Amino acid sequence: MSFNRIREKLSILADAAKYDVSCASSGGKRSNHHRGLGNNTGMGICHSYTEDGRCVSLLKILLTNHCIYDCAYCVTRKSNDIKRAAFKIQEVVDITINFYRRNYIEGLFLSSGIFKNSDYTMERLVAVAKKLRLEEKFNGYIHLKSIPGTSDELMREAGLYADRLSVNIEIPTISGLKLLAPDKKHEDFIKPMEKVKNEIIKYKSEQKIIKSTPRYAPAGQSTQMIIGATGESDRDIMCSAAYYYKKFNMRRVYYSGYIPVLMDDRLPSLGTAVPVLRENRLYQTDWLLRFYGFSVQEILNDSHKNLDLDIDPKLGWALRNLNLFPIDINTADKKILARVPGIGMQSVYKILQARKFRNLDWTHLKAIGISLNRAQYFITCNSREFYTGELSPIALKNKILKTSKSKYNNYFNQQLSLFS
Amino acid sequence: MHPQTILLYDGSFDGFLSTVFLIYEQKIKHPIIRNKSFPNNQLFTVTHDVITEEHKAKRVWVGFTAKTTSNEQQDFFKAFLSEIKGVENTLLCYLQNIFLRSPSAKNIDFSNKNILKISQVAKMVSREKHRMEAFVRFQLTKDNIYVAIIEPDFNVLPLIMNHFKDRYADQRWLIYDIKRAYGMYYDLTTIDTVQLDFFSKVNSKISSENLAPNEQQFQELWHTYFKNVNIKSRKNTKLHLQHIPRRYWKYLTEKNKI
Repeated sequence: MSFNRIREKLSILADAAKYDVSCASSGGKRSNHHRGLGNNTGMGICHSYTEDGRCVSLLKILLTNHCIYDCAYCVTRKSNDIKRAAFKIQEVVDITINFYRRNYIEGLFLSSGIFKNSDYTMERLVAVAKKLRLEEKFNGYIHLKSIPGTSDELMREAGLYADRLSVNIEIPTISGLKLLAPDKKHEDFIKPMEKVKNEIIKYKSEQKIIKSTPRYAPAGQSTQMIIGATGESDRDIMCSAAYYYKKFNMRRVYYSGYIPVLMDDRLPSLGTAVPVLRENRLYQTDWLLRFYGFSVQEILNDSHKNLDLDIDPKLGWALRNLNLFPIDINTADKKILARVPGIGMQSVYKILQARKFRNLDWTHLKAIGISLNRAQYFITCNSREFYTGELSPIALKNKILKTSKSKYNNYFNQQLSLFS
Repeated sequence: MHPQTILLYDGSFDGFLSTVFLIYEQKIKHPIIRNKSFPNNQLFTVTHDVITEEHKAKRVWVGFTAKTTSNEQQDFFKAFLSEIKGVENTLLCYLQNIFLRSPSAKNIDFSNKNILKISQVAKMVSREKHRMEAFVRFQLTKDNIYVAIIEPDFNVLPLIMNHFKDRYADQRWLIYDIKRAYGMYYDLTTIDTVQLDFFSKVNSKISSENLAPNEQQFQELWHTYFKNVNIKSRKNTKLHLQHIPRRYWKYLTEKNKI
């Protein structure tokens, strides 16, 4: 193969794929059979990090950036004047294998612009995965994009070779989608998701009876939403995320702060800052929903439509529910412990283990590693000294902010200096 | 003041366990366990060389495994591999705690400072292990061996070798720890420990005439890829450095000019 041409294609098609934030290589356990190449431990490994701090774990590329659609938010939209390129199937296979053997990557994340029609595109994505699995005996991670509108038969085949499948809904609300991607239909996004979900359930139940049933998309499916492109509230976003988690058994919903790449009256102007902090707060909320036993309504509701940017969502929730605190570290049950600001699940585990031996005091808690600067106002322990709760929520918030050092301090200082 | 006894062992895990055996056998009070290869400059102490004896080491290990879960055993070994100065003594205190605990005890006492310390050190070693699983960069040599050089903070090579054996079962590879001057070589069937003269701290590069014909081109492709997935408007150097501290850059293909 000609390395110069490949390099040029790689630069175009990696550049176009980078706005897809999904990078997970975990959750799809696959062992190395018959001395083939590669395995997947189920843990996921980030092999490198770009200068923007995002992890590089998969070879994330488009098969082509030719596209028949004209979605306003997308850099490869039809009307955008950019260099176009397309990989041959064998080229993608060769790069993947050679990168993998050098321990650069965990596997392949293959997406594509849509050329001709959905099925024609999806067929080629599946062909790459099939070649990797059957000809190269490759057991690494493969993430394929489900092209909206693909036929059920192709979706079924895709799941047999891929670890994860994903459709990006991109715009959290249906009205936003109509505005920015008039050629795409909401149902086209839903259809492949529904198919994948049903196949996963079907294959899993068959596996219980016949052990040799092949596995179908063992790492499940995920989706992505763009944040800050259409003026939706955090509540809209999280309700929508909760819906996808529940309805389609999503493994992950990703939130991607909108990066202005194009001039368009319907979108924030070029030069608008990427809402990284908001993105971070949404991820924190996502974690609270998935691991900490919170429901969306507790964190975001009619009277509280957006997350606080200056404090984390758990602290925000606790300040609105001061009547539930303080709790006693030495007796409270696991669910309640997990709700205390400044205590993560690791610390919850350590507290539960350690308190079987003795009543814990502040020194123990500090050594275990909880963030006392926040937690101290919400807990009591084996000590006579503790916060007695005389401050109002706002005063308490200010007190905590004053004593804590956020990595986002600069962000706020810059914000303030705009008005001074 | 108590008279201290300094026990020197050969640096191996069995050597350390033999030392523990000796401490129990001879009821040594206030022992200090030291690796023989580290300099000792303390005056007025009794020093004692410990002979590594496998059957004694095994007895300690069997006693330990009878009272612990496999997670605790792994943490114990990981903490040992940290090679942090004085970790042997923390491990000894930890062992003494374990041997005193009733066989039915299922919980881990994270409010005990030695137990907490071991779990924290094991966590540090785990992180380094995970980093090395990520940061190993193989270069294909002309004799068809994938070679990588590493310089990890802790002695994690024994922890990562099985990962690479499982993953790259059909290629011959060598991972060489330049700091500790030994490596692991996989020849498609077994892994052997090797010591090589031509790698040293001053000579840690594989010269280009020893590389396979296409190797540099694939490295360039990787460079191209790495450069193009970066989103400039999201530049975040602090986060970048947090994930890949500078000390790891030396052996990362994407962080070096070809």
